[in-house]
Amino acid sequence: MTAAKTTTTAPGPEPLGLSAYGAGDALGLWVWLEHHGGVLENVGRELLGKGRLLADQLGAPLVGVLLGRREDLLVPAAEAVALAADEVVLVAHPLLAQYTTDAYTKAFDRIVRAEKPAILLLGATPDGRDLAGRLAVRLYTGLTADCTDLAIEPQTGLLLSRVAGFGGGIEALIKCPWHRPQMATVRPGVFATPVPRPPAAGTGVIRELAVTLTPTDVRVEVLERAVLSGAGLGAAPAVVIGGGGTRGDFRLLGDLAELLGGQVGASRVAVDQGWIGRERQIGQTGTVVRPKLAIACGVSGASQFTVGIDAADTVIAINTDAEAPICEVADYAVVDDLFRVLPPLLAELGHRVKGS
Amino acid sequence: MQRDQSPTPHGTRMPGAGHAAIGPLHIVVCIKAVPKPEEVRVNLETRTLDRGSARTEINPADQHALEMALALRDRYGGRVSLLSMGPPLFIPYLRVGLAMGADDAYLLSDRAFGGADTLATSYTLAKGVERIGRETGGYDLVLCGEESSDGATAQVPPGLAEWLGVPQAMYAGAVSLEAARSGAASNGRRLRVRREIKGGHEVLRLPLPAVLSVATGANVPRFFDPARRPWAAAAHVVVWDAAALAVDPTLVGTFGSATQVAAVEQAGRAERRRVVIRGTPAEEARALATVIRGVLGNGQAAPRSPS
Repeated sequence: MTAAKTTTTAPGPEPLGLSAYGAGDALGLWVWLEHHGGVLENVGRELLGKGRLLADQLGAPLVGVLLGRREDLLVPAAEAVALAADEVVLVAHPLLAQYTTDAYTKAFDRIVRAEKPAILLLGATPDGRDLAGRLAVRLYTGLTADCTDLAIEPQTGLLLSRVAGFGGGIEALIKCPWHRPQMATVRPGVFATPVPRPPAAGTGVIRELAVTLTPTDVRVEVLERAVLSGAGLGAAPAVVIGGGGTRGDFRLLGDLAELLGGQVGASRVAVDQGWIGRERQIGQTGTVVRPKLAIACGVSGASQFTVGIDAADTVIAINTDAEAPICEVADYAVVDDLFRVLPPLLAELGHRVKGS
Repeated sequence: MQRDQSPTPHGTRMPGAGHAAIGPLHIVVCIKAVPKPEEVRVNLETRTLDRGSARTEINPADQHALEMALALRDRYGGRVSLLSMGPPLFIPYLRVGLAMGADDAYLLSDRAFGGADTLATSYTLAKGVERIGRETGGYDLVLCGEESSDGATAQVPPGLAEWLGVPQAMYAGAVSLEAARSGAASNGRRLRVRREIKGGHEVLRLPLPAVLSVATGANVPRFFDPARRPWAAAAHVVVWDAAALAVDPTLVGTFGSATQVAAVEQAGRAERRRVVIRGTPAEEARALATVIRGVLGNGQAAPRSPS
């Protein structure tokens, strides 16, 4: 490592109106592989799967990027190669052990300027959005947020990112013609998780890049980080979700979830009320689920919530308000009080199975 | 530079008892007027957004940012400044913020700012924050809503922090001020922020000044104060154009934007069946059970052994 440069003033972008490098120098599709202690966020896998298709279209390498402590990186690196990556770039440093905006932005800025990828994709998780928004300005490049699809424009080879605005009512295709890298955050759950390749089908290189970081680079101290272990929402075939209409009583929802072999989820309103743990939150700042069946009980259905169930095969809503937005994104909307509907529903399901 | 001299009903707030040593705070709150999402349509001929028929409101998330700013001022004393970028028709929405409790309001307005993506918007807002700071003896904190209801990118707050060169914390829930151990940095003050992360929370400590985005669950925004309305309706809203802000003209508006809109479409929402079920609870339950068995199959609705 080289001697540390102590920065007293914050590194801001140079106001040149130019990105760090031009389209002519840019090559490769990069995917940030967000992980927590070596356990990958699933959106990273999803991006490797989609990224493989896009990279093949471009004839460009697909590169996974892992930042963190060295001992946390080797297992996810091997997984990324097995899934799709031509190459995995490791940036190992003790100051990257947990996510901080300052350290991750600096590390990414350095490796992007050195390696000049054409495209950089990140999951639209809370940390992914935090990092991408800052990094795009430091690199002076274009960023498309919370994309629901990605494609390559045939004539130009540019990344076309699909975004939804106005609560999902409007969709737009966004491109970044001149600045590099073309950055996008992608909504978790919109792309399928790829299955590992047979070992003969692809080989990948794992390469380490050194970045100089010093404690003074990190202005924000993490005093506490409490992540509750996953509630198994991602793999559940059915998710029974409670919102403000539960008034904090999740007992019937738990019974139904158990009967269906599923899990209990919650809207942000219910979590913010302290009725249930944040590990069960569905939606933009929580988990995006792809179950066969989502049953939303007493959830009004703000767009930040409905992105979390958009990929469900079937959506059932139980809500007293027929005008609630949730009814617009439901296959079946029961207009009634959930406390009146769930008891006979439980009886109906339990009874029928016992008789079979 | 001329400081905004418009009098506020209460003047600069004195810190609350017990917090005198650590206050006051000058907080800049970024707000945006947005069309109500459900009332916006795409003009399919021009492929542009038809906002004309939609009613406008203060972006709901920004109201939580303003509420947090007002609560912090109530606790520590100081001043809350509103900042927006947009056409002069945004001024009435700034007045709503003044009636809610803000002390002064600034609008960045110039044709050259139009068509800005988040890169150009965050740059322009940063120039506005810097000038507010210069004219008022500095800013301590910038608060933004977690995202806008129209673009929903959540990119402006971190971008703004980067242009300003200050630390950031997104999705902040609870915020308090504490004395730093060494008085060298941040005028001896630091911010303690609890923020939402996926599946949990973080507690961060960061120096001032800083940029925060405020989680929508953090608080319940207050209504405007009827007693402030006459003052708010007449208060001077400071309007700065590109020349007043001394922006780099290549970094604002369409010209300063890195992204382009290639196409706009009305989203198809036909993929859900939208069958409405009404009846007695027993009828509804029977209909639902049929649906559930169809989706999951009988085998998956097997009861667990009683435990």
